[in-house]
Order: sequence, then C-alpha cells, then structure tokens
Amino acid sequence: MEGLFFNVNSGYVEGIVRGYRNSLLTGQHYNNLTQCETIDDVKLQLAPAYGDFLAALPPNPSTSALAGKMTDKLVAEFRYVLTQATGSTARFLEYLTYGYMIDNIALLITGTLHERDTRELLERCHPLGWFETLPVLCVATNIEELYNSVLIETPLAGYFKGSLSHQDLDELNIEIVRNTLYKNYLEDFYQFVNTHPDFKGTPTQEVMSELLEFEADRRAINITLNSFGTELSKQERRKLYPEFGKLYPEGSLMLSRADDLESVSLAVSISADYKAFFDAVGLTQGAGFGGGADGKSLEDMFYQKEMEMSKVVFTRQFTPAVVYAWMRLKEQEIRNVTWIAECIAQHQKERIGNFISVF
Amino acid sequence: MGLVYPAGAATVSLLVIGGYMLFHGDGEQFNVGQFLESVSPYAWANIGIAMCIGLSVVGAAWGIFLTGSSIVGGGVKAPRIRTKNLISIIFCEVVAIYGVIMAIVFSSKLNLVGDDEIFSGSNQYTGYALFWGGITVGMCNLICGISVGINGSSAALADAADGSLFVKILVIEIFSSVLGLFGLIIGLLVTQKANEFK
Repeated sequence: MEGLFFNVNSGYVEGIVRGYRNSLLTGQHYNNLTQCETIDDVKLQLAPAYGDFLAALPPNPSTSALAGKMTDKLVAEFRYVLTQATGSTARFLEYLTYGYMIDNIALLITGTLHERDTRELLERCHPLGWFETLPVLCVATNIEELYNSVLIETPLAGYFKGSLSHQDLDELNIEIVRNTLYKNYLEDFYQFVNTHPDFKGTPTQEVMSELLEFEADRRAINITLNSFGTELSKQERRKLYPEFGKLYPEGSLMLSRADDLESVSLAVSISADYKAFFDAVGLTQGAGFGGGADGKSLEDMFYQKEMEMSKVVFTRQFTPAVVYAWMRLKEQEIRNVTWIAECIAQHQKERIGNFISVF
Repeated sequence: MGLVYPAGAATVSLLVIGGYMLFHGDGEQFNVGQFLESVSPYAWANIGIAMCIGLSVVGAAWGIFLTGSSIVGGGVKAPRIRTKNLISIIFCEVVAIYGVIMAIVFSSKLNLVGDDEIFSGSNQYTGYALFWGGITVGMCNLICGISVGINGSSAALADAADGSLFVKILVIEIFSSVLGLFGLIIGLLVTQKANEFK
C-alpha cells in the first residue's frame, strides 16, 4: 500500500537519491584509479563524478584534503535532500544525522576533558552532525555545564537520559559514553522504523530492520573484541550491546560472557553470515586478529556485507531507506578513494587493490 | 483509530432509532425496496455518469502524481528520461479519456420525459444500467490509473538507472493500462441494451 501515497511527499526525494546512486564509482572507475601515478591523476579521474568540488584543491593535494572535499559533496547532497523532505521522511533523514552528532559530542567531550581548545575541535566535527547549539558546547568549561547544555538542547537528550549522568562523563572512558549513546540511538531508530505508522508494514520496515540489526550486531561484536585486555567489566560491557539484532538475546548473552576469540566466534555462530566472516579471517583457529588468507580483516568483511546489503536496498521502491543505503555506499566510496590515494602517495602499490567495490 | 468514536456513535444511534421504530410497530417504515423504487431513474443515471467521470479522473490524477514526482526526481541526474517518460503520463491521461468517452455515451441516454412516464419499466432499467455501468467504468479506471502510475514511477526510476530497461517496463505498463479498457467494454455492454428515457 506504500505505493499509493509515498510519492505524494517523497517521490522527488527518492528520485534524486537514486540519481545520486547512479553516479557512484563503479568497478571500471576503480580500475582506472588504481592505474594512477599521482594524486593529480586521481583528481582528474574523479572530475566527472565530483566536478566543482575538487576544483578548489591545490595541485597534488593531501589525501585528507581530497577526502574532505569528497565529504563536502556528500554533505551538500544530503542537505539538499533533507531540505526537500517533509513529514516522516524528514524525520527519517534526521535520524541519519544523529549518529554523526554522537561522534561530534564525543569529540567535544574528549576535548573538554583534556582541556584542549574546543574551537579547534569544532573544525574537526563532521558537518552532518552539526546542530545549532554545538558551538555552545565550546563555551562550557567543565563537564557539568557541557552535560546540561547537551542534555537540554539537542535531539540526543533522550539518549543521555536514564543512561548517563554527569558523574559518568568524568569517570567513564569516552568510548563507553559514545557506545552507550550509540546503543540508545540504534534502539530508538529501530523502534522508529518499526512502529511509525508511515513505515510499519512497508519495505522501509523490512529493509531498515535488516540493516539496523546488522549494525547492532557489528557493534556488539566489535565492542566485545576491543574490550579484551581492557578494564571494562563484563557487566558493563553487556550494557553496551544494543537490545535487538540477530544475535539478541542468546548471542548477546554469550558475547557478554566471552573471554577470548573462540567464545566470540561461538557466540556469533548463531548467524551463518557472521560465522562465515569469522571462518574466513581465521579467527576461529585463534590465528590472530586482523589477518586473513587474502589480507582481509574482519572489519573489511563487515563493510563488504554492509555494502552488499545497501546495494540490494535499491531493488525496493517507495522507501526512504535508499537514502540510508546511498549514504553508506558514498562513505565507503570516500574510504576507497582515500585508500587508493594513500597507497599512491606512499608508493604502496601492491596493496592498492584492498578496497570494497560492489558496482 | 480516529474513526472509532464516530463509527461507534453512528452504530448506537442506528440501533436506538431502529429499535424504537421496531417496538412501536413502525418497523415497516424502514423499507429498502420502496426506497429504491421511489428514487427517480434520473438520479440513478446522473449519479452513474458522475461516478464514471469522477472516479476516472481521480485515477488518472493519482497515476500522474505518482509518475510525475518520480520523473521529476529521476530527471535531475538523468535528464534524458524526461521526454521518453511522458508516455507514462499519457497512459494515465488515457484513463481519464476513457471516463469522458463513457460519460458522453451514457449521457446520450438522458431525455426529459413527463412526470408519470419516468417510472416506467424501461426507464427504471435505463437508470440502473447507467448507474452500475458508471460505477464499473469508474472503479476500473481508478484502479487502472493507480496501477499505471506505480508502474510508470518504477519505469522512470529504472530508465534513469539503465536506459535499456525502459522498453521492458513499458510492456508491463501497457498491460496495466489495458485493465481500464476491460471496464470500458463491460460498461458499454451493460448500457447497450438500455433505451433512452421516453
């Protein structure tokens, strides 16, 4: 039934985003990019896709400047889509920015804790996670002030409430704060796509549930793997796992009790996909983290899977989930180009093929 | 959910009025057959014509906005689709034209006759035929318009992604647009045997 009314408000937005998706770099483009000798060649190859955005770069720019300009294009396109969207689609798009807001706030909290000049930090914030009161956070000189302004003024207030207090911000590791916020954010987003009357029973619910469940599982696995050898207690670690996803609840419980890689791979064997990843990178044999047979790390496998899922999202129509998928694909594209440019800059041509392309 | 209270109130008042009439010996006043007979065939005929053209136009308009918004969005990055995909808009528009044609055919049966003659058997038959013929054509065209609209919207987006898909999806779209033609044929058959009002 979504076909009857979706286009009233969001047909234009969907058409635009599908247009953006069609201009993503394909395998052919990546082949050309890997043949480049200098960053200038890379810039030249990217010109059809990125146009004016790269024009302002100086000759032989740094890879970070290149990535920055590519991100600028993503941001400009997303902002355009956001201004065109209304109603539930606009809500959906706002949810996409919350993830970046959490990163920005975590950055600012770290800065404030270490008494850095927060104005410098503002430059490094992701523009999509920008909100009006973000500069106000710079004025806050101690954690309690920061907490009060964050709590009251931002859309993230609900994620702080009940999970974090201003004492936590002093004592806890900032990664824990970030992961707690992210957990609350993912659960809220999941709840939103599953219960909002415009999305319930539509492809949006199906597709976004799948993507968010994957994201939740990935975070749970990463938190577990990264917590080995740190002070994080199992009790606290369990509180960071999002309470949905393919691994929830049995897998999450097993993850929360895991002490080593073997018990993690046992926990994720509930899902054939994740088990395949662990097998492929050889974590099940305890072969060590991050080195598989074909040089792919677990993270690469997750990215690969995410890109494939995002690609499939475009087979569904009448859903704003295409915006989510497009952003993930675009971010991966930026990572790919950065990787290629970095390999060229450092003359590491033998590893240049280590990027993820699905088109 | 917002309709629960009005629906409940309507049901309760109907029950109360119905019960009141029934228990006061007036139950026969609620006479469906008499009501149908006393409604003028003019009313049936004109409502039928109005439904025919009205529902057809709603279907066409619905299809056009479904298709149009996708063409506009898809056309931003792939301007080549805009002219080709006007054919989807035309398919939707054709649905409204079916409605217009049928409304004209139906309205040719209308005539002014005297007060007494209007309730003759032949005129009653014409009234009902035009009413149900109009509903048939109107509903068929409404559904057809939506169907063509959704197809057209997909066709525009598919064309923007890969130009070779356009013709393939157009074939499917033609099948949707034939649905309206079925309604048109049946509407014609239903009213064919009805005489003019006389």
